[in-house]
Amino acid sequence: METMRDRFAPALSRMLDEDPRVAVVLAEIGKDAFREAMARHPDRVINVGIREQLLVGAAAGLALTGLRPVVHTFASFLVERPFEQIKLDLGHQDAGAVLVSAAASFDWPAGGYTHMSPGDVALLDTLDGWTVHVPGHPDEAETLLHHAVAAGDDKVYVRLSVQSNRQGRVIDGRHFVTIREGRRAVVVAVGPVLDAVLAATEGLDVTVLYATTVRPFDAAGLRRATQAAGNDVVLVEPYLAGTSTAAVSEALSYVPHRVLGLGVGRRELRRYGTIEEHVAAHGLDAHGLRARIGAFVEAGRAAVHV
Amino acid sequence: MTITADDSRVHGYDDLPGLMSLMTGDEKHGPAATSTLDVLWVLYDRVLRVTPQRRDDPARDRFLLSKGHGPMAYYAVLAAKGFVPVDRLAGFGTYDSPLGHHPDRVLVPGAEIASGSLGHGLPIAVGSALGLRAQGLHDPAVWVLIGDAELDEGSNHEAIAFAGPAALERLHTIVVDNSSASHGLPGGIAARFEAAGWSAVTVDGRDHEALYAAFTAPHPGRPHVVVARVEPKAA
Repeated sequence: METMRDRFAPALSRMLDEDPRVAVVLAEIGKDAFREAMARHPDRVINVGIREQLLVGAAAGLALTGLRPVVHTFASFLVERPFEQIKLDLGHQDAGAVLVSAAASFDWPAGGYTHMSPGDVALLDTLDGWTVHVPGHPDEAETLLHHAVAAGDDKVYVRLSVQSNRQGRVIDGRHFVTIREGRRAVVVAVGPVLDAVLAATEGLDVTVLYATTVRPFDAAGLRRATQAAGNDVVLVEPYLAGTSTAAVSEALSYVPHRVLGLGVGRRELRRYGTIEEHVAAHGLDAHGLRARIGAFVEAGRAAVHV
Repeated sequence: MTITADDSRVHGYDDLPGLMSLMTGDEKHGPAATSTLDVLWVLYDRVLRVTPQRRDDPARDRFLLSKGHGPMAYYAVLAAKGFVPVDRLAGFGTYDSPLGHHPDRVLVPGAEIASGSLGHGLPIAVGSALGLRAQGLHDPAVWVLIGDAELDEGSNHEAIAFAGPAALERLHTIVVDNSSASHGLPGGIAARFEAAGWSAVTVDGRDHEALYAAFTAPHPGRPHVVVARVEPKAA
């Protein structure tokens, strides 16, 4: 099946043809897919070699001259290794860029922990002004990539994954989408966990919101959903568990509420294997989600009846 | 920030100690503050094609101060050349001052980058040179100033190793060498750049004519480094 990353280079290559502001910065990873684009635009498709600090620093320099750099490599090497460059060369310099990662949480389990980065979104949360897109389908990835490149000089992170829902949804790059309506809780499913969330909540009287843009967090959309479904909120994120609980608490800070943050566990599994095995190990398969969401909703009902 | 009429008077090299004393209250300054003074003066006085009026001109030369600690000489030169009003120097480091102990490009007129954390300027300069080239701006020069101890940072070595083979002809680095690195580069600083395909010159960092000659030396097809030696920090 075609992955989000399969769409990335063809879509961006078209943008390079159409928009003279767009530049691509790579550190070896992903360069083969840009071979033709590099031949057409040798000055705007730049491979700096295996140099991730230079990758981000050079992107900042490109931005300071007026270009719109799109920077791509695996999340571990894009967000974690050059984190100070992201903080200073982009944030502190007041320069923008589009960071596009692949293989974040556990897209390549056989590759082990060196190639996992479940903390990428939480790390960016320590910085101001980042837009974070988490597509759940290749069609959505392409749409969000267009939004990201078109977003002036904003700082935007696009998190590509080989994990995907079966169908793409109509998204606008800002708001949550209501997939299902209920009265007992709001479940926010982020990106590629939607299918598992829908299976897990089958028969439960809950609202399911679908989020593909998590920063800025659609606080108004969440508050609207809670008017019918109450202030019990479950977050299901494909990265570090609890990454967006602060955003939920802030959205509901003036009303009593409960929040359950589900996602990838902090503890290192030290396991290889398959994506499915890792999804299950972190309790993110439909079975694991059903148990925890069900218990959370029941606890809310019990509290009401005490 | 507006530039007042009083600031429009012409300042020369001899005014710099007085301008620096507005920040330090002292005419004797720390090594980090004065090691760059002559390099900065020769650049801004004779080499860089940038003025307060051309601060936003896409075709201006860029000077990126990467060695952001001890920026008093930098602020003094910017004030002497009319980028920063002289009357702002006295507030150096205070809450309402745009002039911090590390420069912020958002606050300091004429500052191309914010710096202070070491090892960021040269990679950004590489990107600036690439960005200008990609837009067909082949004339503007990009200059970045780093210190010899700052050169220890691995990010600089990523940039040095890339810029040579990438033939970034409009990229210029100045290494102010006051022998402050604990573990100096075997074979010398210039050799490290030359091995990566750069043009390199080592000069007396206090000799204005030698600096000017080094800054303006032709270096077709290659980035250029000027190693400016000054008195050792520990001396």
